[in-house]
Amino acid sequence: MLELVQASTYAADIDRLILFIGVIVGVWFLLAEGIFFWLIWKFRAKPGERTQYLDGTEKNVKKWITIPHALVLVCDVFILVGAVSVWYDVKQQLPDADSTIRVIGQQWAWTFQHPGADNELDTSDDIFTVNDLHVEVEKTYHFQLESRDVLHSFSVPVFRLKQDAIPGRSITGWFTPTRTGEHDVQCSEICGIGHGVMAARIHIEDANTHAAWITRSSAATTP
Amino acid sequence: MAETLAEVQKQEVHGHDHDHHDQGFVSKYIFSTDHKIIAMQYLFTGMLMGVIGGYMAYVFRMQLAFPGISVPGFGQVSPGEYNSLITNHGSIMIFWVAMPVLIAAFGNYLIPLMIGADDMVFPRINRLSFQVFFISSVVLLLSLFVEGGGFGGAWTSYPPLSASGDYNLTQLGASLWLIAVALEFVAFLLGGINFITTLMNSRAPGMKAYDIPMVCWMIVIASILFMLSVGPLLAGAVMLLFDQTLNTGFYDPARGGDPILWQHLFWFFGHPEVYVVLLPAIGITVDVMATFSRKKLFGYKLVLYTAVATGVLSFFVWAHHQFIAGIDPRMANVFTVTTLLISVPIAEMLFVMIATLYGGSITLTTPMLWALAFLAEFLIGGVTGIFLGASGADIYFHDTYFVLAHFHYTFFPIAIIGTFCAFTYWFPKMFGKMMNETLGKIHFWGTIIPFNFIFIPLFVLGMGGQHRRIYNFEHFPEIAGPEYFQLRQIATIALLIMLAFQVVFFFNVVMSWWKGEKAGKNPWKANTLEWTTESPPPHGNWPVEELPTVYRGPYEYGHPDREEDYWPQNLPG
Repeated sequence: MLELVQASTYAADIDRLILFIGVIVGVWFLLAEGIFFWLIWKFRAKPGERTQYLDGTEKNVKKWITIPHALVLVCDVFILVGAVSVWYDVKQQLPDADSTIRVIGQQWAWTFQHPGADNELDTSDDIFTVNDLHVEVEKTYHFQLESRDVLHSFSVPVFRLKQDAIPGRSITGWFTPTRTGEHDVQCSEICGIGHGVMAARIHIEDANTHAAWITRSSAATTP
Repeated sequence: MAETLAEVQKQEVHGHDHDHHDQGFVSKYIFSTDHKIIAMQYLFTGMLMGVIGGYMAYVFRMQLAFPGISVPGFGQVSPGEYNSLITNHGSIMIFWVAMPVLIAAFGNYLIPLMIGADDMVFPRINRLSFQVFFISSVVLLLSLFVEGGGFGGAWTSYPPLSASGDYNLTQLGASLWLIAVALEFVAFLLGGINFITTLMNSRAPGMKAYDIPMVCWMIVIASILFMLSVGPLLAGAVMLLFDQTLNTGFYDPARGGDPILWQHLFWFFGHPEVYVVLLPAIGITVDVMATFSRKKLFGYKLVLYTAVATGVLSFFVWAHHQFIAGIDPRMANVFTVTTLLISVPIAEMLFVMIATLYGGSITLTTPMLWALAFLAEFLIGGVTGIFLGASGADIYFHDTYFVLAHFHYTFFPIAIIGTFCAFTYWFPKMFGKMMNETLGKIHFWGTIIPFNFIFIPLFVLGMGGQHRRIYNFEHFPEIAGPEYFQLRQIATIALLIMLAFQVVFFFNVVMSWWKGEKAGKNPWKANTLEWTTESPPPHGNWPVEELPTVYRGPYEYGHPDREEDYWPQNLPG
């Protein structure tokens, strides 16, 4: 199996949900396939043997359908609770932010607007980068996702985060990186012939490195 | 009511028959109004399109496994060509293979024969349906060769990318693609009207609602779903065409439009569409399973009601395709509930199919193998869908290869396994000859085993974070490692093997048609009405005085009151 690190606070929640669903449907799947193949073997044609005449309405046989049927519904409820609670955490609620960044998709690159030294977006010391996003570990970020032309999708697999960018709208979301490192940022909504090269990197840095990057970048952009 | 209609029909058949003696080749095979010929036209056009769609899959899978390679039979794949290939592969396989073969071809062939009618109620509309479909296929294929190449905005065709040539760089290809899809919808609306009306009005005397073979019910329910869902998309397609050609702004936010509107219109159709093709495939497999396990269907009404329930529910789940598309996040919860609910009737339907085997006498003929494989493989497609319907997990899985592998595990069993199942089962009726069983089984295993080797690696890649519609993964360092490329290569090589085995199928068809053993009227000892006439059936299906009357349901196998283990629907007593 391919390993993918968990680098946000909710990455583990999403992985746990996937595992939880995997166990439930895995059991159902193995059971169904097991019974299925067993029946094929057990009731293979044998000379001279007559088949049973059942039409599925007899109570004593119908229960073999109705009981699993009810159990499916029960399992659905468990999955539903798990899915909605994770969804609520990631997408519906918005924890207070330490910092806000802007992510802008366009054919075929990502532009990242960092707040700079004053930690305020849309001020003169904002740092603009193309295809390189710099964030500090253990800080909660809000992102404002925008698009200049067509649909894009801001996807950071190590965060387990994905959100489409829509021209004409600004969509706010959040993440909190939990470990330092450098990872892929993808565009996961087809956006034209350059969709396959619309790759960016996210640099998750500790406080010192991040501060040094801000100083260095501010110096570079100041005339 | 049924009796009087049948009487009228018998008189009409008389008049009809006299007009149609000594047809020339063109009027018999090209402009025919005979439902069987129209079915063949749909079948062979659909299969030809399937070969083209398969070729496209071959080209882009080669590019994915061996980026930059000059693909034999195509050449180097550019990003634009790659997008066009995946877009048209998807469109072709759903709109020009699954629908024409499963619904139009088998619907046309089977409905009149299985309900004891001489033809469709509107034979000329039926002919028009195929003609419109044929034009739509030509328009689609032409769109691949215009300036800029074929449309490359994915089969979902999301604006603004699809709405402007400035963005997609295939101005003409995009418009032709859209026109082809719209024409195809018109063809299926015409066909659907015919199926529904024919089933309601032309049944043999004595055939009550619960005596109708399941495959006919399923095709008609699918046609109803299609009619109810396609309207909004047709309206949306016209708006998109206006955006493309007349510079309107229905989907352009700068001019007060909204790109998300298209997604709603598309998926309001798009999700019922899944069940539009699924239900006929289920109908085919339950019929075949009943015949070869010599068992009455376990709960006829249960299957029928769950099909209707699935159909109704399918209109309330569309936004699970849009969880992360920027819709109000609270709405995702509602659609998670409805989506998980739809697993209940579908699971019930599959349980019923499994239960039908209980107490049977199972013979593993080629059609039966296909029917059983449908169930075994579709289960994988079904259970993996739960991950995607659960909003929290979909945040990660959305637009990854996990989604791709999931829907191929539903569509492949539906469109490919379902088609082979029906084709091998009704081949003796269609062509009057038996197919070669050995070649049939070689083809079966040569298709099923590689199929799993194509898509199981893609599940793994999807879990590893590989996203869709990327022509070269080398640009993403985290998913460009050798272990990722190995999985991609396994999938591609399995595809090559699977495609190679299709040669066996075509060889088998040609050889069996040419030299096969004569089939006789009822080679499978089945109950339904199509097996009571000659193979292949004559024009008008039965001689007028022999049009069948129905005395019982379609699945009376192993009845205790009868010596033979089957009891055809048309036998009195």
